[in-house]
Amino acid sequence: MNASVLPLPAPGAAGTGLRAAITGVGVTAPNGLGTEAFWKATLAGESGIDRITRFVPDGYPARLAGEVPGFVAADHLPSRLIPQTDHMTRLALVAAAWALEDAGLDPAELPEYEMGVVTASSSGGFEFGQGELANLWAKGSQYVSAYQSFAWFYAVNSGQISIRHGMRGPSGVVVSDQAGGLDALAQGCRQIRRGSRIIVSGGVDGSLCPWGWVAQLAGGRLSTADDPARAYLPFDADAAGHVPGEGGALLILEDVESARERGVRGYGEIAGYAATFDPRPGSGREPGLRRAIELALRDAGAEPGDIGVVFADAAGAPDLDRAESAAIGAVFGPRGVPVTAPKTMTGRLYSGAASLDVVAALLALRDGVIPPTVNVEPDPAHGLDLVVGAPRPAALRTALVLARGEGGFNSALVVRAAD
Amino acid sequence: MARRVAITGIGVLAPGGTGTKDFWTLLTDGRTATRGITFFDPSPFRSRVAAEIDFDPEAHGLTPQEIRRTDRAAQLALVAARDAVADSGLEADDLDPQRTGVTIGSAVGATTGLDEEYRVVSDGGRLHLVDHRYAVPHLYNYFVPSSFAAEVAWAVGAEGPAAVVSTGCTSGIDSVGHAGELIREGSADVMIAGATDAPISPITMACFDAIKATTARNDEADSASRPFDATRNGFVLGEGSAVFVLEELERARARGAHVYAEIAGYASRCNAFHMTGLRPDGREMAEAIRVAMDQARVAPADVDYINAHGSGTKQNDRHETAAFKRSLGERAREVPVSSIKSMIGHSLGAIGSIEIAASALAIEHDVVPPTANLRTPDPECDLDYVPLTAREWRTDTVLTVGSGFGGFQSAMVLADPDREAA
Repeated sequence: MNASVLPLPAPGAAGTGLRAAITGVGVTAPNGLGTEAFWKATLAGESGIDRITRFVPDGYPARLAGEVPGFVAADHLPSRLIPQTDHMTRLALVAAAWALEDAGLDPAELPEYEMGVVTASSSGGFEFGQGELANLWAKGSQYVSAYQSFAWFYAVNSGQISIRHGMRGPSGVVVSDQAGGLDALAQGCRQIRRGSRIIVSGGVDGSLCPWGWVAQLAGGRLSTADDPARAYLPFDADAAGHVPGEGGALLILEDVESARERGVRGYGEIAGYAATFDPRPGSGREPGLRRAIELALRDAGAEPGDIGVVFADAAGAPDLDRAESAAIGAVFGPRGVPVTAPKTMTGRLYSGAASLDVVAALLALRDGVIPPTVNVEPDPAHGLDLVVGAPRPAALRTALVLARGEGGFNSALVVRAAD
Repeated sequence: MARRVAITGIGVLAPGGTGTKDFWTLLTDGRTATRGITFFDPSPFRSRVAAEIDFDPEAHGLTPQEIRRTDRAAQLALVAARDAVADSGLEADDLDPQRTGVTIGSAVGATTGLDEEYRVVSDGGRLHLVDHRYAVPHLYNYFVPSSFAAEVAWAVGAEGPAAVVSTGCTSGIDSVGHAGELIREGSADVMIAGATDAPISPITMACFDAIKATTARNDEADSASRPFDATRNGFVLGEGSAVFVLEELERARARGAHVYAEIAGYASRCNAFHMTGLRPDGREMAEAIRVAMDQARVAPADVDYINAHGSGTKQNDRHETAAFKRSLGERAREVPVSSIKSMIGHSLGAIGSIEIAASALAIEHDVVPPTANLRTPDPECDLDYVPLTAREWRTDTVLTVGSGFGGFQSAMVLADPDREAA
């Protein structure tokens, strides 16, 4: 038997066999730069949503966002990387370095082909792209930067992180709108299954520039409120859109045996995953989220009763909130499981959202506490046990994280506490 | 029994050939589809050649609303996906939507649509605070290219896993490789998988001009793409899409489907060296080739044909030649190697899937397409690149490779599934 041949499940096997230990995390969030700052703010109910400062938003119908506070790229990165990177790539490079440090890993000491990077992206380095489009159309093609060819494209974060840390193993990039943060982690687990030891995975994203803002406005999902406490209200009767943000999280996925051998317990394990796509619009059929949840539970060998908390996608749009609460209700029963949406404190971070939720879920398992959903008065029609106001202590072993992308992408990921 | 993955349907739109038959005829005739750019006034640019498709979406059956809400790259993918399903002989009743998934590769997404829309909302680059009142309602579909996978999923009725894979110029291999893995692990039985890109726009020309990656051989547009030739000086930007129906092999056989080829092995590595540069030794691509062959249980002597990345830049063709020698040893000097980019240009994320289509058709027809425009041998590129003329050649096992910005190096082995019995 050749070592590099996939260990494949038999036809009809229930599980994908995707497993990995999570041994390090790096966070850049609107309510906290760094993991512990984020977690402290999240448990305290402190939001990072406020009026946009990165550009003058007065002329636009939406004016709030979650910006990562106090981030000075030059404090963290070599100067040569600054001119060739978009803001979101700088955040990603820092998150990756922190995650490796947190895992106690020095890539220089590890086999180069057994490390890789799998990130999610939604719109690439859009702010960098706006600058170069402006150069092209206002000044002329010869003014376009030599860095444009790679600073804005979707693969930029995986490429830059792999170069910075000398990771030559299999890497990847997935784009599935806001579901991407989970899909990247699953793809990272596939590389672990195939023999990689370490995969840097997750999403750090952002396009808080006028051009990115106009593109997001066109999606028709942004909140037009000016009060940060009333703008993003998933599962509330007043839900009327979401607030976007920037940042996210990168995680170190590690082969379970490899982590055990080096005596590292880690934050927990990815235990199950599934992705589905909704039926065509107008079909009148049930969306695919319930099926994604059921398949992910089956993949994890878990029953609904094993799940201690659900981190909701929490779109903040009445139709999408109804679809999500219906799916959760169908699997867990009415008010059958605690549900929370700490992204009410960060805004929706596009491909960074779900991987940040996975970090929050792991920290919830670690500390035995469910972080709250802020500003929301739950609409009883949703039938959810939404954790609002204050954190809720709970003995947690297993958590479910949900994410959806515009158009019909549904992903569900199960994480389990370390033994 | 491990699950195996078969290609049972092919849809291709490439420069000079929309439809599999025209595409294959162009390649085996050794004709080129590169020309002076017609999509916009190219006069401000250093490189003014491209491989454009004469594409009328309405004539290809797209509805007015599909056309309005999609970028050209998505339109190409939609047509290729529908063609692939028709080619596979799958009827609606044969497809279990929940066991059918979609992966679409794209390096630069809706870059052409974004370029056009930016020009309007910025009023020709004058406004930093671009004006949202001039944005088209479907701009979000351009902003996040996962809309490509959504469009294809709606078109074919897929409700399994769906995603866009965007690993730069290896996207077209990685998308199909990822889809194959979903079938092997049991997450799907059928995948509609492939790639698309339609990058021929001012911003793309400008960004490749800035690093001189594209050729400036503007006066010889029809012979401007010269992989492995001593006079090569950059690639010719192209566009296109190829989409496949992938099925679990036993399932495909049970329904009596025509199997073009099996996806027998796939691997990807990163050079972790430079976002656009390559080291001459080709070691990471060689490693990807070695692992893909290992997975396919294929030895160097079994490889009948190598479909090269062959972009026609100085550094790529040297890098790749070294990678073949490093991974295949003496066999590298015996096996025919060719680059179809000599004829249809480099369509970035799409080309890997288009090259998989060419590889599957080489197995189907036992013909190896040539490297066009290869008239002046380069001492640094000293393999058999099948210059100018296609070759009849017993082809059961093909290696196809890609290399791209970000450092991605990917390799796939395609094989006649009955090769062991042959």
